[in-house]
Amino acid sequence: MRSVLYLLTTLAVMGMAFWAYRENYATQAALQEMTHVQREIGTLREDLGVLRAEWSYLNRPDRLRELVNLNFEKLKLVPFTSDQFVEVGQVAFPRPAAPVVSATGTDAMPIERPAGFPPMRPQERMP
Amino acid sequence: MIRTPLRPLARILRAREKGENPDVIEAENLAQRHAVIQDAARGRAQGRLTIMAMAFVVAFGAVGVRMGTLAAAQPTEPSAMASSAAIISQRADITDRHGRVLATNLLTHSLYAHPRQMVDPEGAAKKLAAIFPDLSLERLQKDFSGKRSFVWIKKKISPEQMQAVHDIGEPGLLFGPREMRLYPNGRIASHILGGSTFGKEDVASAEVIGVAGVEKAFDRWLRDPGNDGAPLTLSLDLSAQAAMEEVLANGMKVMNAKGATGILMEVKTGEIVAMASLPDFDPNDRPRPLLKGDPSDSPLFNRAVQGQYELGSTFKIFPVAQAIDLKLVSPTTMINANAPMKIGKYLINEFRGHNYGTLSVTDIIVKSSNVGTVRVAQLLGPERQKDLLEKLGFFEPTPIEMSEGPTGKPLVPKRWPAVTSATVAFGHGLAASPLHLATAYATVANGGKRVTPTLIHDRTRREGEQVLSPSAAHTAVQLLRQVVIRGSGRSANVEGYEVAGKTGTADKPRPTGGYYGNKVVSTFASTFPASDPQYVLVLSLDEPSAIGAGGESRTAGATSAPVAAEVIRRVAPLLGLRPQVEKPLPMIERPLDDELKLVSN
Repeated sequence: MRSVLYLLTTLAVMGMAFWAYRENYATQAALQEMTHVQREIGTLREDLGVLRAEWSYLNRPDRLRELVNLNFEKLKLVPFTSDQFVEVGQVAFPRPAAPVVSATGTDAMPIERPAGFPPMRPQERMP
Repeated sequence: MIRTPLRPLARILRAREKGENPDVIEAENLAQRHAVIQDAARGRAQGRLTIMAMAFVVAFGAVGVRMGTLAAAQPTEPSAMASSAAIISQRADITDRHGRVLATNLLTHSLYAHPRQMVDPEGAAKKLAAIFPDLSLERLQKDFSGKRSFVWIKKKISPEQMQAVHDIGEPGLLFGPREMRLYPNGRIASHILGGSTFGKEDVASAEVIGVAGVEKAFDRWLRDPGNDGAPLTLSLDLSAQAAMEEVLANGMKVMNAKGATGILMEVKTGEIVAMASLPDFDPNDRPRPLLKGDPSDSPLFNRAVQGQYELGSTFKIFPVAQAIDLKLVSPTTMINANAPMKIGKYLINEFRGHNYGTLSVTDIIVKSSNVGTVRVAQLLGPERQKDLLEKLGFFEPTPIEMSEGPTGKPLVPKRWPAVTSATVAFGHGLAASPLHLATAYATVANGGKRVTPTLIHDRTRREGEQVLSPSAAHTAVQLLRQVVIRGSGRSANVEGYEVAGKTGTADKPRPTGGYYGNKVVSTFASTFPASDPQYVLVLSLDEPSAIGAGGESRTAGATSAPVAAEVIRRVAPLLGLRPQVEKPLPMIERPLDDELKLVSN
C-alpha cells in the first residue's frame, strides 16, 4: 500500500515538474511575443504619428481654401455666414420614405441624398 | 542524569522473599525508561512539525497574497518589458481646443560621414553636392580629404534624399535617426507656437528644444515623460485663427498698413481663441532675428504681445466706467467739453479741431471727445485713475504663457502730474500691448470681474477680483454699443452680433521724440454680443491709410473698424455664436366668429 502511495506521489511530482517546465517555456514565449507586439505597437504608433501629421498637413486651412477656390464651379462653397443658422422649427421634416419597389433594376442602391442636392450643411448634422 | 537500573537488587531480593516475580519490576522500569525516551522524541518531532508548518504557511501565504494582489490589481504587462513602448516621442504634440494638430514630431534621418572609412571621397562629395544643391562641393571635398574623422553633413533629410544617398553606396556615409518638429499648418499661429531647434546633438538622437512662444514657455512640460504622451491643448481654434489671419491679411492689403494684429478672447475665461500678428513667418523655417535696426520690423516680432502702442481713444471707456461706478456721473450727466482746454501750459484739443460744447457722458464716448474725457478723469483724480488702470493690468506684463510674455511690459509714465493724468485718460502717454487692451476690455465685458489671459484650454482658474461693479460694467458696454450704433464705429456694425466697441487712432511717436503727422496706429477694441458679451476682439493696424470717397483717411473708424467687422462676420459663426434675431412678431389669432373682441387694459 505504502509503495503504491510513494509511486503515485513520485508520478505526481514528475507530472508537476513537467507542467512547470512547460509553463516556464510558455511564459517565456508569451513574454517574447509581447516584446514583439510592443515593438509593433511602437512602429504603428510612429506610423500613426506620421499619418496624423500628414492628415493635418493635407487639411491645413491654406490648402483647403485653395482647393475650395479651384473647385468653386463644382462645389460652390462660400464661407460659413450667420444667416445659415436657422430655427429648428424652420427645418422641414424629412419626406416619408418612398415605398420600396421590389425592383430588379441595378440602381436600387440606397443613396443618402439624391444627385444634385446640395451637400450637407454643418447645422443639418446637429441634433 | 542517574540511570535507574532495570533490576535494582534491593527490590528484587525483597520480591523474592515475598515470592513475587522479579521480572515484573524489570518490565515496569523498562516501561518507565521507554516513556521518557518517547517524551523526548515527541518533543523533537513537535518542534520539527511546527517549523515545517511555519514554512508551509509562509510559502502558501506568499503564494496566496500574490494571487490576491494579482486578482485585485489592474491587469498590466510585466514591468520589465513595458519600457520599450512608453517612450515614443520625446516631445508632446500641441493641439488646438478641438484636438487639431498644431505641432507634432516626425521621424527623419540625419546624415553624417566618417571620412576615414570612405572608399572614394572625391566621388562621394560630387554625388552629395548633386543631391543637396545647398552644399558646397569645395567644402565637402575639403572635409572628406582632410584629417577629420567625423563630419556632420545634414541635420534633416527626406526619405527620398536618404534613398539617393544610399544609392551612392559609400560606406563612410551614415544615417542617424532624428525626431524633427513639424508645424503642419505652416504660417498659421506662428507667433504663438514660436519654433524649435536641436539642442544637444548626438549620432543616435538629438534633443528638440523650443526657442520661442509656447514651445519655449512649456519646454519642460512638453519634454516631461510623466505626461504619458498627452498633448498640450491650447485654447486656440484653428479655423477661427485661420479665418482671422486671412481677413487681417486682406485688410492689411486694402488699408495699405505695415502691420496688423488681432486678438479674439473669450470673455468668461480669458482663453485666447485666435491671436495673429502680421507679417508672420513659417515656424518650420524660422527666420533669423534682425541684428540691427528696429526689432519690430522683423516678422518674428509679435505685435499682439510685444508691441507697445499708445492705444488712443480706446482707453476713454475706463475713466468713464470708473466715474459711473463711483456714481460721480451717470450716462446722461452733461459735461462741459469746450475745446481747447488748458492744463498748465498744455492745450487739449479735439480731433480735427472740433468743439462739441456741452455733451452728455454717453456722447463723450460716442463722439470720442478728448476734453470731455479729461473732465471726467479730473473728477476721479490721478490716484483713483491709476488704481483702476493697475487693477486692469496696464502696469505689468501680461501673464500669457509665451516666452515673449514678460517682454511686453507697458511703458507707464513715472510721475503722474495733471497733464499725464489727462493724456492717459484718452490713451496717450501710456503704451501697452493690444493684449493688455483685450484683457481690460474682457474685464469690463465680464461684469467687472478681472480676466486673466491664457492660452491653455480648460484649466481651472480662480475667480477674478471685482474691479468694477457689474452695473457700471454693463453700462460701459451699452455706451460702447452706442459708439457702433451712431458713433465713430458705425462701420463695425455686424447685423445680428450687436458689436459694442470703441475706435482709437493714435499718432505714432517718432524715435527722436514728438509724433509723426501722418503715421498712426488705429485700433478697434470691441466686445460682442452687447446683451451678453461672449468674446472680445481687439484689432490694430499699423500705419494704415484708407482711400475712400472722401479722400485718404487714417482714422480707426475708416480702417480698423471695417476689418474688425469682417473678422466678426467670418469668425463668430465658426465659433457657433448664433446671431440675435429680432423678437418674433406676436401671433394674432383669427377673429372669433361672433365678432366679439376681447380687450384688456
